[in-house]
Amino acid sequence: MDEKTRREIEGKILPKYRTRRSACMASMQLVQRQKGYLTKEDMEEIARLLDMEPVEVEAVGKFYTMYNVERPVGRYHIQVCENLSCSLMGGEHILKHIERLLGIKTGQTTGDKRFTLSVVQCLGSCGTAPVIQVNDDYYENLTDKKVEEILERLK
Amino acid sequence: MEKVLLKNLGREGAHTVDSYLSGGGYEALRKALGMEPEDIIQMVKDSGLRGRGGAGFPTGLKWSFIPKDAPEKYLCCNADEGEPGTFKDRGIMEYDPHLLLEGMAIASYAIGAHKAYIYIRGEFLFAARRLQEAILEAYEKGFLGENILGTGFSLDIYVHRGFGAYICGEETALLESIEGYRGQPRKKPPFPALSGLYGKPTVINNVETLACLPAIVNRGAEWFASIGPEKSPGPKIFGVSGHVERPGLYELPMGTPLREIVYEHAGGIREGRRLKAVIPGGVSAPLLTESELHTPMDFDSLAKIGSMLGSGGVIVMDETTCMVKTAYIIMRFFSHESCGKCTPCREGTTWLKKIVERIEHGRGVPGDVELLESLCDNIFGRTFCPLGDGAVMALRGVLKNFREEFQYHIEHKRCMV
Repeated sequence: MDEKTRREIEGKILPKYRTRRSACMASMQLVQRQKGYLTKEDMEEIARLLDMEPVEVEAVGKFYTMYNVERPVGRYHIQVCENLSCSLMGGEHILKHIERLLGIKTGQTTGDKRFTLSVVQCLGSCGTAPVIQVNDDYYENLTDKKVEEILERLK
Repeated sequence: MEKVLLKNLGREGAHTVDSYLSGGGYEALRKALGMEPEDIIQMVKDSGLRGRGGAGFPTGLKWSFIPKDAPEKYLCCNADEGEPGTFKDRGIMEYDPHLLLEGMAIASYAIGAHKAYIYIRGEFLFAARRLQEAILEAYEKGFLGENILGTGFSLDIYVHRGFGAYICGEETALLESIEGYRGQPRKKPPFPALSGLYGKPTVINNVETLACLPAIVNRGAEWFASIGPEKSPGPKIFGVSGHVERPGLYELPMGTPLREIVYEHAGGIREGRRLKAVIPGGVSAPLLTESELHTPMDFDSLAKIGSMLGSGGVIVMDETTCMVKTAYIIMRFFSHESCGKCTPCREGTTWLKKIVERIEHGRGVPGDVELLESLCDNIFGRTFCPLGDGAVMALRGVLKNFREEFQYHIEHKRCMV
């Protein structure tokens, strides 16, 4: 953890809360933003900073599905919603199409470390299904063609 | 009906404080701060407003449980919006963040809270940023911070991002998550009104509930109570998804018949097909079929026919839909999201998923449907929180109406449709 991150946790995150432990979620989010995932060392540092045990930070990290605990992901993490509204509108087809286009299976990362493909539960965008999330961004009302264009742009 | 909650949906630039002020924004807060907190609580009670997160608990009554003399209290806005089929709060937060902030300020003043948190699901980063910008604007204009509008009332609002856990929509799991723990529900009692965030009296209200408050303060409890059914009045956002011509968000009077929502507002079934089933309020709500479409969409009418309004997330399925697959997707969701705290839910939802999965994939065996029913009996009412019940209600709803599809799958190793 660099000095800037430490300062941000102390200056911006901790003042929001009554206890140091409350800053745990946001601190892990901040660190994950920098490299896409969290290592054991990251969690140990966060634990020291927030007066927690490393195992307590790890327990939080492994509970919430968006933390990539000791799981490096590609530059673009593609997350395909597999819940009901998306499924009704062709979500599985979109998933298979992405697998074909990238030449990987769900859960894998491309050899050039550019893309990781995951399935996720409901993204809360059911009215514009099918939906995928790539890093921070939602892509909605997807068709084969739209998926091809998105991947082409990111390649 | 004039829109109150979604009047700015899709309107470019509507999220700024200047735009909000030009539409009369923060006038309700000004008015509320001139009232006694007890009078605001009474007003919300009189309006008949019931929680829009799913449970439908009367909002004013919830507030009245907060001890008046407690020195430290909190308001938490539940913006976790995790129930599959639900995307209404996102619409409010992205296009009208100040409507939520004004509602939160009114609620905080009414209960005497000086700190409030918005618990927003991690995936909604865009909405979280919108809220953060809106909070900064509100501080600049004096609607948040110290001595708001010169009244002596102070309030800070913070955004707390979740990071992928459906269970955090359960109010005590949400509190655990803000405190930096795994999001697992707490034992109740004590209820959050007495011992909530950091052990202090806390009110947890849904985004849509809080967004109703400025209009109630501006126009009065009677106006709100006059919309829709007497026992669950007001405007309601219905989010329609699935096999309809025009999926999307529709703000309509509570009690609008399901048929009108599906066929008039959402344009009916895609490609002229026939309707097979509708989930009225997110996947936990037992599904309905054609013969129940006349049902008014409000808490009591849906409860009466054995379903629930839930979040108002309407999922429409046409005749091409395999109901075994539908059940599988829903059970997969619940087993994935079970927090693991209590055995009936953790093990039960896992087995529900495994059995429905094998039926779906042509590996079902005779007796599987009965096994599912027996599992349901052993989960329902025996779990720590409503998540396990939700899984059971959803599955029972499918089995009640489409049992023969499960038997067909087991016998023929393929879909009936």
